Amino acid sequence: MILAAEGEQNLLLPAAYDIIWSLVVLAIIAVAFLKVLPVFTRILDERTARIEEGLAASERAKELAATSAAEQEQILLEARSEAAKLREDARGEAAAIVAEARTKATAEAARIAETAQRQIESERQAAAVSLRADVGSLATQLASKIVGESLEDAARQSRVVDRFLDELEAQTLAGSGSPAKEK
Amino acid sequence: MTDFYPPAIFFEGTIFEFNRITLVRLIAAAVLVTLFVLAARRAKLVPGRGQGVAEMALDFVRVQIAEDILGKENARRHLTLLTIMFFTIFAMNITGIVPFLNIAGSSLIGFPLVMAIVAYVAFIAAGVRKHGGLGYLKTSLFPSGVPWPIYIILTPIELISTFVLRPATLTVRLLVNMVAGHLLLVLCFGATHYLFLEAAPAFKAFGAITFAGGFAFTLFEIFVAALQAYIFTLLTAVYINLSEEAH
Repeated sequence: MILAAEGEQNLLLPAAYDIIWSLVVLAIIAVAFLKVLPVFTRILDERTARIEEGLAASERAKELAATSAAEQEQILLEARSEAAKLREDARGEAAAIVAEARTKATAEAARIAETAQRQIESERQAAAVSLRADVGSLATQLASKIVGESLEDAARQSRVVDRFLDELEAQTLAGSGSPAKEK
Repeated sequence: MTDFYPPAIFFEGTIFEFNRITLVRLIAAAVLVTLFVLAARRAKLVPGRGQGVAEMALDFVRVQIAEDILGKENARRHLTLLTIMFFTIFAMNITGIVPFLNIAGSSLIGFPLVMAIVAYVAFIAAGVRKHGGLGYLKTSLFPSGVPWPIYIILTPIELISTFVLRPATLTVRLLVNMVAGHLLLVLCFGATHYLFLEAAPAFKAFGAITFAGGFAFTLFEIFVAALQAYIFTLLTAVYINLSEEAH
């Protein structure tokens, strides 16, 4: 200021007012920045924290998804193998059932056939028994007829008896073979 | 040259003499403070455009200057100072190319000197806090790992370079850059004005050249304003770092 007053202006020599106003300006800015900077610092820190948090969360979510996917895969695999086992079992069971049914049917058929056979046999025997009884009475009748008619010719007598027996035989055979023909 | 010593507006003749440059400084400070207060008031977690720009600028100081030179740990302690320094100097520099202000707040020695003193106090305080008063003098004047006769030469050199030249170079570099920038612009635009309006018709074409020169220097001054703020802050960070490190 003194220099300025003297009219001598030296660039490198400061005037007092110059320094004072520089200080004032610096003080204003410093005070403002001391208030402002912490705000920005806080915001930046908070944002950093938030971002880190977000990243961690997404990491966790990814892990969770991976494990659940693996679990599902496992479950699917188990279900598939179980289904395969069930199908296998069912197939085996069906085969067993069919086999059993077949043996049962076979046995039934055999039993029915046997029963029929037996019935036929017994009927045949009953027929034979009744026939025999008839033959006896017929023979007696015939004998009485022959005796009543004439017994002069022994040869004729035996012929008659033979013929009768032959007829009878033929009749019996036809009766047991197809009784319908006889009628 | 009288541009740098404009007539006083208020308080003429006192130490509070208030002139055009002082007014420019106050305006620059007011604009800077307003911008940052507005950005901070509306500061949200998800930044808008204004906040994004403010954060980018703050980040530039934090990453490019503080963390680069001092390392992440030490940067935290000095960040506030360096940030204030960078933005104040930039605001004072940029007024040189703002229309109607048209003179850098830092083109009068008071401001660079004050900033240099702040830097000076900062790096000495950092050294003293780290090593103690005597310890700091010892590490800065008697660097270890040197045979003792060398101290006869080395110590005076260190004394002058550390405690005299550092603040002096900080001051003069900033001052001269801003003064030279202003002179260049005044010359270019003054010549343009003269050539266009008052010179003989034959010379008018030269006016285009000087105007182009002035335009180029205006752009250059924007760059210089940022660069000088960066250099000043960077050197302060370097000095702080040197003070804290044992040699």
